[in-house]
Amino acid sequence: MTEPTVPSNGRRVRTYVDFLFKWRWLVLVGTLGIAAVAASGGRFIEFKNDYQYFFREDNPQLRAFEDLQEIYTKNDNTLIVVAPESGKVFEPDTLAAIGELTDRAWQLPFATRVDSITNFQYSHAEEDDLIVDDLVDLERDYTRDELDALRAIALTEPLLKRRLISDEAHVSAVYVRHTLPRKRSDEATKAALAVRELAADIENKYPGHEVHLTGSVMLSNSFFEASVQDLSRLVPLMYGVLLVTAVLFLRSFWGMLITLVIIVLSASTAMGIAGWTGIPITPPSSSAPTVIMTLAVADSIHLLVTLFQSMRRGMSKKEAMTESLRINLGPVFLTSLTTAIGLLALNLSDVRPFNDLGNISTIGVTAAFVYTVVVLPPLVAIFPIRAGKKSASERSNAVVTLGEFVIYRRKGLLWFGAAAIVFLSAMVARNELNDEFVKYFDESFAFRTDTDFASENLSGIYTMEFSLDSGEEGGISNPSFLEDVDAFAVWLREQPDVHHVFTLTDTFKRLNKNMHADDPEWYALPKERELAAQYLLLYEMSLPYGLDLNDTINIEKSSTRLIVTCDNVTAVRMRELQAQSEAWLRANTPEHMWTVPASTNLMFSHISERNIKSSLLGAFIALALIAVILGIAFRSVKFGAISLLPNLAPAMMAFGIWGMTAGRIDVGNAIVTTMALGIIVDDSVHFLSKYLRARREGGMATQGAVRYAFSTVGSALIVTSFILVAGFLVLTLSPFGLNAGMGLLTAIVLLVALGADLLFLPPLLMQIDKAPRLPSESQLPSPAEAAAQ
Amino acid sequence: MNRFVPLALVAALVPALAVAGPAEDKGLEIAKEADRRDTGFGDTTADMIMILRNKRGQESKREIEIRTLEVKGDGDKSLTVFHSPRDVRGTALLTYSHGVAPDDQWLYLPALRRVKRIASNNKSGPFMGSEFAYEDLSSQEVEKYKYKYIKDDEIADVACFLIERYPVDKDSGYTKQQVWLDKDEYRARKIDYYDRKGQLLKTFTPTEYKQFLGKYWRAHKMMMVNHQNGKSTELIWSNFKFKNGLKDSDFTRTRLTQVL
Repeated sequence: MTEPTVPSNGRRVRTYVDFLFKWRWLVLVGTLGIAAVAASGGRFIEFKNDYQYFFREDNPQLRAFEDLQEIYTKNDNTLIVVAPESGKVFEPDTLAAIGELTDRAWQLPFATRVDSITNFQYSHAEEDDLIVDDLVDLERDYTRDELDALRAIALTEPLLKRRLISDEAHVSAVYVRHTLPRKRSDEATKAALAVRELAADIENKYPGHEVHLTGSVMLSNSFFEASVQDLSRLVPLMYGVLLVTAVLFLRSFWGMLITLVIIVLSASTAMGIAGWTGIPITPPSSSAPTVIMTLAVADSIHLLVTLFQSMRRGMSKKEAMTESLRINLGPVFLTSLTTAIGLLALNLSDVRPFNDLGNISTIGVTAAFVYTVVVLPPLVAIFPIRAGKKSASERSNAVVTLGEFVIYRRKGLLWFGAAAIVFLSAMVARNELNDEFVKYFDESFAFRTDTDFASENLSGIYTMEFSLDSGEEGGISNPSFLEDVDAFAVWLREQPDVHHVFTLTDTFKRLNKNMHADDPEWYALPKERELAAQYLLLYEMSLPYGLDLNDTINIEKSSTRLIVTCDNVTAVRMRELQAQSEAWLRANTPEHMWTVPASTNLMFSHISERNIKSSLLGAFIALALIAVILGIAFRSVKFGAISLLPNLAPAMMAFGIWGMTAGRIDVGNAIVTTMALGIIVDDSVHFLSKYLRARREGGMATQGAVRYAFSTVGSALIVTSFILVAGFLVLTLSPFGLNAGMGLLTAIVLLVALGADLLFLPPLLMQIDKAPRLPSESQLPSPAEAAAQ
Repeated sequence: MNRFVPLALVAALVPALAVAGPAEDKGLEIAKEADRRDTGFGDTTADMIMILRNKRGQESKREIEIRTLEVKGDGDKSLTVFHSPRDVRGTALLTYSHGVAPDDQWLYLPALRRVKRIASNNKSGPFMGSEFAYEDLSSQEVEKYKYKYIKDDEIADVACFLIERYPVDKDSGYTKQQVWLDKDEYRARKIDYYDRKGQLLKTFTPTEYKQFLGKYWRAHKMMMVNHQNGKSTELIWSNFKFKNGLKDSDFTRTRLTQVL
């Protein structure tokens, strides 16, 4: 069971290595030049700080949201929550703080509307007049009694209570609507920074007041900050992983340096090309450098390990390089190909940042293969590399012992493996699809803690917006329509988890009361259509700049926007509430009122549901392609088919483990199957190719071939799996939840895949492939080598 | 990026700081000349169709009739009668506009058979849901603004003065308006409205000017485009009639209830 003697491609590899060694400087400088040109595209990289980029233009939830915004107004917003230490909002200094915030918020970038308890357009009756004015007159010194009266008014006003003022009046909010032109990518960041500056100013000027910031503008900006953090924190960590790997497996400074050059070149080439081709960076795609570096490390480690082994056996540097390329070129090509297929399949995802992640990583993986084959040999020639000591993995016989154990316990392992597959696959169903975009951000983000504070104390940002259509021009004044809207609002307010309902019917009731000398008896919907329309006209005439009703009523006055705000609920509950609301409308209102709600939060609530389908399709296509490639490489339909099992099962099992522990799948998890597939297949490629070589060329029986495979690639598999798992674990340190979750789940898949390849695949082979020996095909090049040609 | 807010603040403060100088004097002179050329019309009546369009191109129409009485020494008086939408037919608005002081306004609601005073002193909101604010449509008294001449300019090959005017009312929705007046007749050709943060908000373009009584020019088509929300409103005027013999007694709260 020695290596076959110089097969046909040996000579070609030798010529190639000779060339690279001879022209090492030229090749190196030339490649570095090309890499530099590619990487220089990095200056064009655009950070997308708009949460809407997560959704393709044809996403139905995005479309619904855009439609709603085109009928009413654009709804990018900031909620500025003011929390006085005193716990009392209706104190002169707190009102002054809120008043100043309200005034100055008009100056914020893209601000088109500012609502607060101070500028609330309070309408009331005075003799025969309708007075509409700011609730709080900032130039007046209120007495204690007057402040209490203001508090009482605010807490009975449905448009304020639980929206801009808490039940106990201990915190209050200023709502700023920004109309982002969406022409430049830094709009949200510009707005967010100005909001922060304003908040800091207010905190300074009014001691004893804390200001918290949330809303979609802060969300968009946090996406930008998450991208930057990922790039600046995770990439250095990857260098750490590389260092540890080099120490453990290479024991060579120069080996580490070569690996470093390869991964830096690969990652910067990929990011540079992303810049040239206009692929924007978002938090998911900001994990691309980490992913690329992880995959690229594996490539060069494979080559370097064989290089050092050969040098220790006494070969010269050039001979050892030739030997290493000869053995590894095929598998490294094959694994790069399958990995790229898995990554490219991310293009089927419904979420654009994951398409970008797939494409950038594909470029990186391809670059890594090219650099490993073209730049690594010249670097080996240039650097004063010595063989070094045997690495930990080589000295140990543990892998051989493991192989013996697997052969001895094959029946048990087979049954155990099958049982584990069945059991864990059943557990997959325990996962629920749940995307809460607030929880994408860990507590190191001010956005997360501020949003949590806002939802605990005042109001969440989990909303649903309904555009309720009366079916006729001017129909919003139709009493029967108003009664339906009101009944809907009443029903919604009775539902668990519903925090606040914003509806025009409350304004109509208040106006009706105002028109009857503020008699509480008249706090009811107007009974006649003309009356309602004329009240509304009067009220609209009385409203100041920016505080109009155009965000609640469409121009034909035929439909109105109703906004439901929920407590902090899961996406599952959100979808349930949505379905219940739609069903209620169908059961209780005329057909023109039936509608589908929209909101930022609903887009995210559906994102993984939509994405999991496209992801599974992507995984299926990738799997089919990979099976075909393996079938060709192994020149066997049977082994192509066998290879599917250890590649399909780990993803299922990992999702099963996830179901038993985390239980919640977000959109970052959903893409793991697709992406991981191309990576885990590498292990079985290596194992099966060695196994088949032993069967076909060595004429060995099944058990012997398993033993051969263990001894030749067992440790290499463990080493690369270690690198890959470590690389993806680096991602779990991302403050951005989608990346952390994707990293962790991928790491689990990789570990399970290693287990499947070492503990389940061999017993399976021994069970299925029982023929004493396969027809000898030694006259043909080995499968991996065939692929290399 | 942080520079944005201070810049906006500075932009907002500039008009307040501007002391009277040659440019200010010239600006005021131009405004006064425009006002002078429009004095003496006595009274007018006209019909107007207001067409609202949203970003999706949906339209909605309102029909309005306006009667105006020139008042010497104070702002004009006007009576606005709504003919459609159907629900507000017969609703009428009486306005006594003033220079710097807030206008007085009463609205007659036929469904309630009552006249209600609009007591808000902050009426810069949109007029009937359109892109015109009440302050854009109300009588443009000279005292409502401070002025500054900027330069000579051209709008569609017509020589114009470009002046800036800054609202005196602190509740105005604007920090600044840029007005192009043609040199021939001192007619407004274009107005750009800048919002509270100094950003361009709307553009007003009056066209189809016709002259009445050999002196008074009236645009028959007006367009207001909101650059921030993508909505627009078009006004189509017709039936201008001058010197109808309207009197003060035609602009009282009692008359308000008998407009139809």
